[in-house]
Amino acid sequence: MLILHCPYCGTDADETELAPGGEAHLKRFGPGSQDADFEAYLFARENPMGVHFERWRHANGCGKWFHAARCTTTLEVFGTYSAQTLDPPQEIRDAITAKRPGWRWRDFA
Amino acid sequence: MSTRLASGGRHLDRSRSVDFSFNGKRLRGFQGDTLASALLANGQMLVGRSFKYHRPRGILASGAEEPNALVNMGKSGQFEPNQQATTQQLFDGLYATSQNHWPSLEFDIGVLNNYVSKFLPSGFYYKTFMAPRAAWKHVFEPIVRQSAGLGKAPKDRDDDFYEHFHVHTDVLIIGGGIAGLAAARQAAAAGAQVMLVEQTAHWGGRAVVDGAEIDGMPAADWVKNTVEDLENAENVHLRTRAMGAGVFDHGYALVYERLTDHAPEPGLPRHRLWRVRAKQIVTATGAIERPLSFAGNDLPGVMLAGAVRDYVANWAVSPGDRTVVVTNNDDAYRTALALKQAGLEVPAVIDARTHAQSPVIDAVREAGIRIEFGRAVAKVKGRARVEGVGLATQAGEGAVLEEISCDAVAMSGGWSPVVHLWSHCGGKLIWDEAQAHFRPDPDLPPLGADGAGFVRTAGSASGALSTADVLADADGQGRAAAMAAGHKKRKKAGPRAETEIAAPMEPVWIMPQGAGPNLRQKMWLDYQNDVKVSDVQLAAHEGYESVEHTKRYTTLGMATDQGKLCNINGLAVLSDALNAGIPQVGTTTFRPPYTPISFGAIAGEARAETFQPLRRTAMHDWHEKNGAYWEPVGHWRRPFCYQRDGESIEQAVLREVNNTRQSLGLLDASTLGKILVKGPDAGRFLDMMYTNMMSTLKPGRCRYGLMCSENGFLSDDGVVARIDDDTFLCHTTSGGADRIHAHMEEWLQTEWWDWKVWTVNLTEQYAQVAVVGPKAREVLELIGGMDVSAEALPFMTWKDGRIGDFNARVYRISFSGELSFEIAVDAHRGQAFWDALLEAGAEFGVMPYGTEALHIMRAEKGFIMIGDESDGTVIPQDLGLHWAISKKKADFLGKRAQERAHMTDPDRWQLVGLETLDGSVLPDGAYAVGEGENANGQRNVQGRVTSTYHSPTLGKGIAMGLVRHGPERMGEVLDFPGTDGQSNKARIVSPVFYDPEGEKQNV
Repeated sequence: MLILHCPYCGTDADETELAPGGEAHLKRFGPGSQDADFEAYLFARENPMGVHFERWRHANGCGKWFHAARCTTTLEVFGTYSAQTLDPPQEIRDAITAKRPGWRWRDFA
Repeated sequence: MSTRLASGGRHLDRSRSVDFSFNGKRLRGFQGDTLASALLANGQMLVGRSFKYHRPRGILASGAEEPNALVNMGKSGQFEPNQQATTQQLFDGLYATSQNHWPSLEFDIGVLNNYVSKFLPSGFYYKTFMAPRAAWKHVFEPIVRQSAGLGKAPKDRDDDFYEHFHVHTDVLIIGGGIAGLAAARQAAAAGAQVMLVEQTAHWGGRAVVDGAEIDGMPAADWVKNTVEDLENAENVHLRTRAMGAGVFDHGYALVYERLTDHAPEPGLPRHRLWRVRAKQIVTATGAIERPLSFAGNDLPGVMLAGAVRDYVANWAVSPGDRTVVVTNNDDAYRTALALKQAGLEVPAVIDARTHAQSPVIDAVREAGIRIEFGRAVAKVKGRARVEGVGLATQAGEGAVLEEISCDAVAMSGGWSPVVHLWSHCGGKLIWDEAQAHFRPDPDLPPLGADGAGFVRTAGSASGALSTADVLADADGQGRAAAMAAGHKKRKKAGPRAETEIAAPMEPVWIMPQGAGPNLRQKMWLDYQNDVKVSDVQLAAHEGYESVEHTKRYTTLGMATDQGKLCNINGLAVLSDALNAGIPQVGTTTFRPPYTPISFGAIAGEARAETFQPLRRTAMHDWHEKNGAYWEPVGHWRRPFCYQRDGESIEQAVLREVNNTRQSLGLLDASTLGKILVKGPDAGRFLDMMYTNMMSTLKPGRCRYGLMCSENGFLSDDGVVARIDDDTFLCHTTSGGADRIHAHMEEWLQTEWWDWKVWTVNLTEQYAQVAVVGPKAREVLELIGGMDVSAEALPFMTWKDGRIGDFNARVYRISFSGELSFEIAVDAHRGQAFWDALLEAGAEFGVMPYGTEALHIMRAEKGFIMIGDESDGTVIPQDLGLHWAISKKKADFLGKRAQERAHMTDPDRWQLVGLETLDGSVLPDGAYAVGEGENANGQRNVQGRVTSTYHSPTLGKGIAMGLVRHGPERMGEVLDFPGTDGQSNKARIVSPVFYDPEGEKQNV
């Protein structure tokens, strides 16, 4: 039963208020894309043991989507942030490297 | 024979006698008894039969760890099986029966298993019941079903009710012994909000029974003072009969409070489930005494040494006149003293240690009790209860040196901290060599959202076993928990106790250590599931090395007590058999709840009418009063049909269809989803959402649209009306409104967040009525108001205006193939509008119609229904809906997916109509079989029925289905075998059965 901070309405939301939305920062591939790219966009997902970026919706709250960076093994939450971004913001990345020195999973540069 | 002592019993109120019934016998106890203590006081040692061998079993423990004394409580609507007699407090009229025996507790046929136990070793169910295969149905399965399960499931509806409480607190402390109290007092002093819960009805735990001294006063006095102080503190919340059932991620905990189990009272909930969010959790859950594994350790009369003390001190019950104490540690010596002080005989203390010296041992010796060091119980004598023990050398193989007659045995194999709650959420354990137990590793606690530990243990739960150590640990943990929760007010002086000198315990896993197979077969590890030392050794011998596998193979620790007593003993036997260290073998996983909690408590208020909210349209009550036969649709109820006196459902549906086709029908369409999409980019957005082009729709016009998921599969459909340049109103299916609104929001918020679009779900703002049939226009003209002529309001247009006295938005759309107006009015005027239509329609014989008539009429027209023709694997192209898929648009959700190879495969099943040769109705979901068989020997299939009805209009069965190359096979006859083995022949036809030119709707 996670607690995540909703960056929109500013409350700490209990998991019962939230709806999960899978992996964050996917890039959409539409018409004209290669089969392999489109297939990866639809079906291929990271399944890291450790730091992960996820989409959540404050479904029984303000209704807004947001992103969470958390550890899949310890359930530690490094931070939540707006879903309206292509990459995790710098302060989230800093928070992760502070707790997980040398962390690298995907190049967000 | 167990009996009540003449005096004592600190929980008893001897002035208040309590009548109860056990197996139909009327018995009497005192206020303050548990069912277990009252049974013992009445000489009822035998309380149940074991699961597998049906061996006679007595009470072993005094609390939540009890494996044997499980009873059926109550009758009919209050019946509940597998209730622990040790935690059930006695009340007047309590009705209990023993379980797992036939025909009676005293004489049980199942005990035959005991004599053939050689043939029922661990995993016997994997080794027997194999062949012949045919025997399964008639021989094996009936036997397995008859003997499976412990107790019987209740058959009646639960008479009681239950509730949930939600609380947030700084510190939740679980366990109200001296550790929990000491931690609470320090945490409260620091200024934290504290919730302290205790599973029994009494504060203080073991320390009071064991006669500890705290701050120079008897533990009982210190407990009383401390509880009073805590009760007076504003920031402390105390609950008894409240068990910490589970600890979950991020400080979530469940507390199970048994409100009226001890004193049933109608009008009060039976159980309450506290759903707690705590910043810090302290588990002060104490320790559980381990049994010793000697032959016959399951006979009624063999009890845990600590439990014997509890029964004497708390309930003035003696388990027998002569009790032999057998131990590997100092603690059991307290039992010898307690029995002696109560005036009972202790023929001997049998101590497996070769020698030990401590004050408590000296005290026992001074009391004149014989102590035998280096000795073991070779076996317990007796059939249905203890008659004596055979004394042997612990180091030997069990040759009996002497028989000591006794009627009870008090055993102690040492104490194991209750680490369950610590472990539920990932807290790690370390093996304590000196105490031979696992205890929490304070460096590896369960982690919270911030990555820091959020659970601590206090007192015996940490592995501290002396009063002084318990208090020091708990005091520190209480303070630390409050500080971690952000409170650091003043610190109180901690409670103190004298340091005790105890001789070290010595691990004893098998008694005597060299016992042969005959003895090992009678050494019980798991009492409830009948797992013996020999079973675990056999599992190891057969190659089971993982403790988790061994658990499942032998069923060790899988009973309702979840191995509270047997865990460490079983583990030790396994590690010994594997020649590995106990820490290397490890423990099985601890899972919540700590002890079983009721389903009622889990469900809470969510039952019957409060199970799920019911959505009601403005006309719901009218439907209810007018014969509605309800159908659930999402959270709504919709009339399936309206039954009149003496009418069957089928007759009602036929009448409604005929009346609508011939004259005038009304449908409550309020449940249809209505989502407003507004903004400069609304058209562009809907072009992405729908397969059709929506941006070109002219204001004032309607268009039927399809929505697909990004996977390309059809997800929803409905009519879109363009209100003005910036505004669209999207109709969705009744069940789909919330889902589609969420789907729109997801894309808007997470992909096209720079697009200027707002969406609002307006579903409940409007009542909507479909006025359908050849007389639809006439009835509206009769009511008067806006011009609804074909010229003023052509097919697939909409208009705002007045109908009679109502502000209305009228859509010329049709899902029935008839002339049809769907009219939306403000929700609060819905009923009045419905009434006005009924009144004006009376002269046309107006009738309301339900969802089944709607379904039949749409099927006659060949209109698809989401959920019938679509099932999440169907794309619009399968349904012949190419006309609704834009070829001009560069992109829409699902477009790219529909270009994938499998989606463009010409072998995909396609929508067709199906007409039975004999006019009958095809079975729903039936498959059309083709040539040959598949790998499983089943007929190959080439299509299936998606919708099937009797059409009153056509007077025959009609259906739609998906068939391989269907549209190219018009006229071909397919065979749809039913589950009844009958063949159903149907011809492939066009799916549009009625008015293919649309002359009826377009007038």
